[in-house]
This record gives sequence, C-alpha cells and structure tokens, in this order.
Amino acid sequence: MLYDIFIDPFVQMYDMPDFFLQVLWEGFVAGILYALIALGFVLIFKASGVFNFAQGIMVVFAGLTLVGLNENGVPAYLALALTIGAMGILAYGVERVVMRPLVNQPDIILLMATIGLTYFLIGFGEFVFGGEPKQMITEELGLPTGSTAIEFGDRGLVILQHIDIAAAVIAVLMVAALGIFFNKTRIGRALRAVADDHQAALSVGISLNQIWAIVWFAAGLVALATGIMWGARSDVSFALEIVAFKALPVLILGGFTSIPGAIVGGLIIGFGEKIGELYWGGLVGGGIESWLAYIIALIFLLFRPQGLFGERIIERV
Amino acid sequence: MFYREAGQFKTSYKADQALMPILQDRVGLLVILAIAFVVIPVFANDFFLTSIMIPFLVFSLAAIGLNVLTGFCGQLSLGTGAFMGVGAYAAYKLTTIFPDANVIVMVLLSGVFSAAIGAIFGLPSLRIKGLYLAVTTLAAQFFLEWCFIRIGWLYNYNASGAIEIPHREAFGLVVSGAEATPIVRYFIVLCITAGIAFLMANVLRGRIGRSWMMIRDMDIAAELMGIRPLQTKLLAFAVSSYICGVAGAMMVFFWLNAAEPSSYSIALSFQILFMVILGGLGSLGGAFMGAAFIWILPVFLKFIPGTIGIDVAAETVEHVTFMIVGALIIFFLIVEPHGFARLWQIAKQKLRVWPFPY
Amino acid sequence: MNAFATEMSAEPASVAEAVPREELLRVDNVSLSFGGVKAITDISFDILKGEIRAIIGPNGAGKTSMLNVINGFYHPQQGTITWQGKERRKMKPYEAASQGIARTFQNVALFKGMTTLDNIMSGRSLKMHRNFFWQLIWRGPAEREEIEHRKKVEEIIDFLEIQAIRKTPVGRLPYGLQKRVELGRALAMEPDLLLLDEPMAGMNLEEKEDMSRFIIDVNQEFGTTIALIEHDMGVVMDLSDRVVVLDYGKKIADGPPEDVQANQNVIDAYLGVSH
Repeated sequence: MLYDIFIDPFVQMYDMPDFFLQVLWEGFVAGILYALIALGFVLIFKASGVFNFAQGIMVVFAGLTLVGLNENGVPAYLALALTIGAMGILAYGVERVVMRPLVNQPDIILLMATIGLTYFLIGFGEFVFGGEPKQMITEELGLPTGSTAIEFGDRGLVILQHIDIAAAVIAVLMVAALGIFFNKTRIGRALRAVADDHQAALSVGISLNQIWAIVWFAAGLVALATGIMWGARSDVSFALEIVAFKALPVLILGGFTSIPGAIVGGLIIGFGEKIGELYWGGLVGGGIESWLAYIIALIFLLFRPQGLFGERIIERV
Repeated sequence: MFYREAGQFKTSYKADQALMPILQDRVGLLVILAIAFVVIPVFANDFFLTSIMIPFLVFSLAAIGLNVLTGFCGQLSLGTGAFMGVGAYAAYKLTTIFPDANVIVMVLLSGVFSAAIGAIFGLPSLRIKGLYLAVTTLAAQFFLEWCFIRIGWLYNYNASGAIEIPHREAFGLVVSGAEATPIVRYFIVLCITAGIAFLMANVLRGRIGRSWMMIRDMDIAAELMGIRPLQTKLLAFAVSSYICGVAGAMMVFFWLNAAEPSSYSIALSFQILFMVILGGLGSLGGAFMGAAFIWILPVFLKFIPGTIGIDVAAETVEHVTFMIVGALIIFFLIVEPHGFARLWQIAKQKLRVWPFPY
Repeated sequence: MNAFATEMSAEPASVAEAVPREELLRVDNVSLSFGGVKAITDISFDILKGEIRAIIGPNGAGKTSMLNVINGFYHPQQGTITWQGKERRKMKPYEAASQGIARTFQNVALFKGMTTLDNIMSGRSLKMHRNFFWQLIWRGPAEREEIEHRKKVEEIIDFLEIQAIRKTPVGRLPYGLQKRVELGRALAMEPDLLLLDEPMAGMNLEEKEDMSRFIIDVNQEFGTTIALIEHDMGVVMDLSDRVVVLDYGKKIADGPPEDVQANQNVIDAYLGVSH
C-alpha cells in the first residue's frame, strides 16, 4: 500500500518518460485554460472588488454565441466580430443593471448577484442557442488543428496538438497585452486607482461606471478567447460549467488580485490534477480530478491564507 | 389598524422575550398551522401533496439549515447539496443495517453523520473567511459527490449506482418505499420540518444564536468579548449540516423514493442558496418564503403556457425559468437585499399604521 | 491619623497617594512590530486597581496597538504583561475577555444586525452557560437564565439612559448613541479592566459631557478600572488619575495630569519638534 502511494508512481514516471511528458503537457494546457478563466476574474476583482462567479459561464456563453451565430449562417469572422460586440453589450448591461445599483453593498451580496447573473446567462444562452453541445468552429477561424509528434529516440514520443500550442501562445500574448494596458495607459492607471479606493478615485474625476464597463468588457474578451480554445478541445456546452468552477481554486492559490498569481496558480492546478489523476487516482478508483484541485487549494489555504502573491493581511480594530 | 400592538402590555421579561410577543402574530401562526395540519390534508389531492407541499417542506428545512450557517453565522457555504447527500446516504445505510428500526428515527439520526462531516469541512473556517471559505465548501461539494459515485458500499453496490428506498413501516403505516401514501409522507415531513424550525427558533433567540450573529456581524469584536470563534463556527457548521442532512434524507425517503449522486449536485446547493437569499438571510420565516418561491415558480411557469393555450417545450420552460430566477435574484438584491422577510416586515409596518401613511 | 486626614480630603487623587493601590496590570518592556515597522518600542507602565488611566499621544503613536496588546489581539515580540499579579502567557483575545478585560473600539464595532438589547446581551455571553440542548428546549433553565441576565442588562440600559432604543437595530442609531451602546456592551461583561478607545471621538460637546459623566460613574459606582485613549486634552486632564504619553511607539512621559502637562517632551511631541 505504502509502496503504491510513495514509490510506484515515481517508478512509473521514470520508466515511461514519454508518458510522463505527455501528462505534463496535458497539465500545462489545462493549466493555461484555468489560468485564462482566473485572469478574467482577477481583472474584475481588481477593479471593482466583485468576486465574479459568472466568469466561467461567460467563457461558455462567449463560445456558444460564436458557434451559435456561425450555425445560423454568419461567416466565421463576422460571427467573431459580432460576439465581441455581444460581450461589449453584456459588459455595458452588467455595469448598468447589476454593478451600478449595487455599488457599496457587502461582498457577499455582490457575489450572489454574480451567481444570479450566472443563472441568467445559462438560461439565456440555452434559450437562444439551444441546450445541446456544439462543435467549435476551429478551422473556420483559421486556427491550427493538426498535431506534431516529438520522438525521443527509442524512448517513445509525445504528441502536441497544434491548437494547444496556439492556446499557450495566445495566453502569453494576452497576459502581455493586459500588463501593458494596466501599467502604461491612462485607463490602466485609472483602473488601478479604482481598485485601491473607489471613493478616492471618484474624487479625482475618474468615472467608475466607465471603468467598470471597460473591465467587464476586457474580461469578456478574455472569456471569448478562453471559450474558443476550450471549445476547440471539447464541445461547447454549459456542461463546462463544472470545469469553470476550477478557476476558484486557481484564484485561491494565486490570490484574488494578482495576474501572475492567476497564471502560476492555473499551472499548479493543471499539473497537480493531471499528475494526481494519472499516477495516484487509480489507487482510490479514479475520477479524483473532480475534487483534487479544491483539496490542493484547501491545504494551501491553511498555510498561506493570502495566496501565493497576495499581501499578508494584518487585522486591525 | 389591523396589526396593532397598542394595549398589549408586557409585564415580565418572559413575556417580552417570547417568540411572538404580539397577539396577531400568534394568531397568524396558529392559522398557518391549522391550514398545514388540517385544511391541506383534507382538501389537497395527491398531486398537490407530492409535487408541491412535500418538496416545499423539504426545501424549507434545507433552507433553514443553510440559513443557520450563512444567514446567522455569516459563513457562506456552497456545499449544501453534498451535506444533504450525506444525510440521504447515511439514512439509507442505517435502514439497510437496521431494517427493523423506525425509519423516521433513522432519518433524524442520519443528520448526525452529516453534522460530523460538516464540522470537519468547517475546520478551515477558523483561518479562512468569506469568499475563500466558499471555495473550501466547494471542495466539500465535489469531494463528497465523488464519494457518492465511487464508494459502492454507500449504495449497497447497486448496478444502477442509485439508492432506492426500501419498503418500511412504522406505527402501523407504510412510511417509505413506493407504497407509502402521499398523506403519510406529508405528515412526517411536516412534523419534522415544523419541529426543527421551532427548536431552531429557540436556539436562535438565546445565547448561542446571539454568538453566531456576533461572529457574523463583527468577528473581531465577538472574539474580544469572549466568543471562541472556532467552537462557535463549528457548532454552526454542525447544526446547519445536521438540518441539511435530515432534509436530504427526507428528500429521498419521503419524496423521491430513489436518488443518484447527481441529485445532490452543486445545482442543489445553489437552489438552496437562492431560497435563502430570496427569503432573507437571517430569517427563519424567510426560509419558508424563499423555498415556496423557488420551488413553486417553475411549477407555475410550466402550467401558465398550457392554460393560455400555447404549447412550449419542456426545455424552453426550464431555460426561461433559469433566466427568470437569475434575473429575480439580481432584482431582489438590488431592491431589497434582505429578501421576502424584510418585505413582510415592511408590509406589517404598513398594516400597523394603515390607513395613515406613517 | 493619616487615614483620618485622607477621609477628610475632598480630592480622590490624594487617596491614591496616601494608600498605595493594588496593581491590576503591569506592562514591562513591551515591543511590537509588523514586519519591519515598529509599532511599539520598549514600553512599560502599570494600571492600578480603581484608577482611570489615560493613554495619549499623537496619531500613529501606538496607542491602539497598546490596547490590542493588552487584550491579547496582538502578541508582542518582547516584554511581559502581568495581570493581577501573575505573568500572562500568550493568549487569545477570548481568553483575555474571560479574565475580565473588556473594551470599546475606535471605530464603533457593534453588531450591526442586532438590536441594542441584543448587543448588550451579547456582553453577557461569557456569563451564560446553558448548553445547546437546554437552548433547544428553551422552557425552563435556558429561559430562566435569559431572564436573569436580562435584568442585569436592563440595569445597564437604565444607567446609560437608552431605554427608548432598546429594540432598535443599532445600525439605525446616530453615532453618539452607538458609542453609548458600545459602552453598555462592555459594561455588561462586568469587567475588572475596561479599555476605552477614543470614547469621545466625533462627538459634540454635550455628548462628550454625557460620556464623561458615564465614565466617572462607572469608575466610582462600579469601581471599574478604566484605561482610555482620548485626543480631547480637556477630557483627559479632568477625568484621569494618571496619564501615560506615547510618541512614535515610545513612552515619553508618565504621571499625574498636571505633571504630564508641564513635561517638555510632551509639549514637543504635540507641538512638533524636529526629530
């Protein structure tokens, strides 16, 4: 028993390095996707202090809108543009209908409002585009679909899907773009001001409403990119909702306000759960992927409640 | 005018501390109990009992359970569904192991198991607060759901992976299994729900209820006044999970007859959470109102199109229900973050001063 | 002879000088820092039983941190605290509360969702013992206990003259009344030592007068020892028996109000002198 837990998995890793590498790659890709969801979330949390439960659903919603439009005869790129427009409308609507009336409410109320938003988006998405799973329009969007096998002499081979590579590249570009946006532009500075203190930001003439709409829109774009990548690996449907919850442990690891934290947290969870599932999952009957991420986050929380990159909290009275 | 306490003097602290110090409230409660215990059993048909009243009461109890934790103690939980599941599986195992025991006792006992599990998952609450804690309760949700699927012992290694409730008799009546009549089930569920609600009303007005609210409103000040945070929170977790566990067990024993792991999924957790929010955080009466609303609204939505002659697919109704529930939650949070319970108070205030504006 | 003389004296302050009072709390060489920031450096002072002890100093001097150390919310890196003659080990805030230390807060920290009555009742939590099962049943022991403590709470409500707002949720009360309810909540604990963190901040003159009277009454009628932080020098000089002055986390003066007032260090700290 102890052998199975502590030794055997490592022996397997050593014996079949190609399989191990493949697992690592899978973990990496899953991690990138988790990180992207978490990223959209961090954007909103930074600017408005709202724990946006709906971010995962926005991913599905964006993907579904894109595919749904295409199914109804809209050309792929036009559908993409329209979806971006839809995310803009969503951002504006959320700011107008949810955020503005609820400003200054306690965190828990805002969280629940985003849960309400989640339900609304699920209902709305299914109502408009139907509830059955759909295929992502990967080829129509000009994304690569093939795969490359890398051989290691006689020790086996690792298969890399091109779409996964594309996902990784896009993720890196997006993080870089957001970094520049936050640090170098006027709106980015206003955004950081709002994140620090709403009232102080208002008093120097920053429009909260505008900033929030922009942030939700940016989060919507991140969600769209995530939705495309994710949809390309599996179907687009609200069944992804469960997977979308995985962004939460990622945030716990990375801290709610840290963009690098979201990336690192996503990768830790991605690697952790794939390795855990394939090497240790069998011992308890498999399927531990469904909760391993949460348990990792939970254990982590007990030792470092503020996250990897979060600031240490000093309580005051 | 109609709801006026003028002239009702309280001459002792005992009278002032009663659950319902005002006569009209007491009368109102008696009327509701009379309807529940006499009018409904006499007039309602089986459909009404099985599809509306029994689930309504089960969900009300679950909402009370979550309300203890979230509404009174301020600890947000997204794992209600799983804790209900623990109750259901525990009751199922208990009645398999002790086939001759009274199944109602088994259902009440099953809550003890979910209380224990709830307390274990409540342990991180000492160091983790607010939204972070919500994520740890998600861990409970997914882990327990996985247990329900993977641990065959829990469902007696059924081929279907579901639990099916056996035929059991108590007090000379069939109380569970397919043959149990709706009216018997209804009375069991009603008695358990009303009983637990009454006991919780007692706890919540006393020292323990106050200590929960102290933690909720300002945990640091509570601690500086001598409240031990861990014990207080764990007690809230345990009591809440006990109630949810009993509700979960009732759900399968007296309503569904059979349950799969997916019956206790995160969707159920959210459903109960919505009942608590819409009903009003920190209000027992609100739990009933929220449960009624969330449960009856979809039933209602299913019937409206039929009655006005439009044929709508079942999925469409479901989707629209999702949209309406989501929109209503946002609406209520904006208009009245304290839910139906506060609206009811406002209505009472209006009745008190009627016909004058204030 | 000596005793006779002090009895004749009108000034309570001279009582303190004549009959040495018992020491309630002593703080020895306490230092506290957060990361690299030193909040308190090597502070020592004592609080005698039955006195009103003021802690004053400019903003950021470490006064509130000092109170937090006393009631166990912060743990100092160095130094010892002696409570009622016994050196205190590292303890949790609730343990300090059960030893008889109560406090009010700089920013009102009432339980916003509860009524005035419940807030003050919450101060009795430590003194109520009926367990969960009695609470479930309510009738009998739990109810009797509740009524017994309610009587005590009603006395405090009478004392603070807040009968009219007994059943009002505290969130709706004006600031001055909230401060008063908070004092009531601390009094309900029947503490040996009452820590008041700026009890008069943000009050108008009339409210300050009321609050001052309550503080003196608490001290003289109930014999409660009080340590208070206050910025209003008039109040401090009138109320307190002895004053300790902090500046930049260090103690710069300690003694009766009139001595402290004349102390050059204190004058410098308040008027500003380049450091």
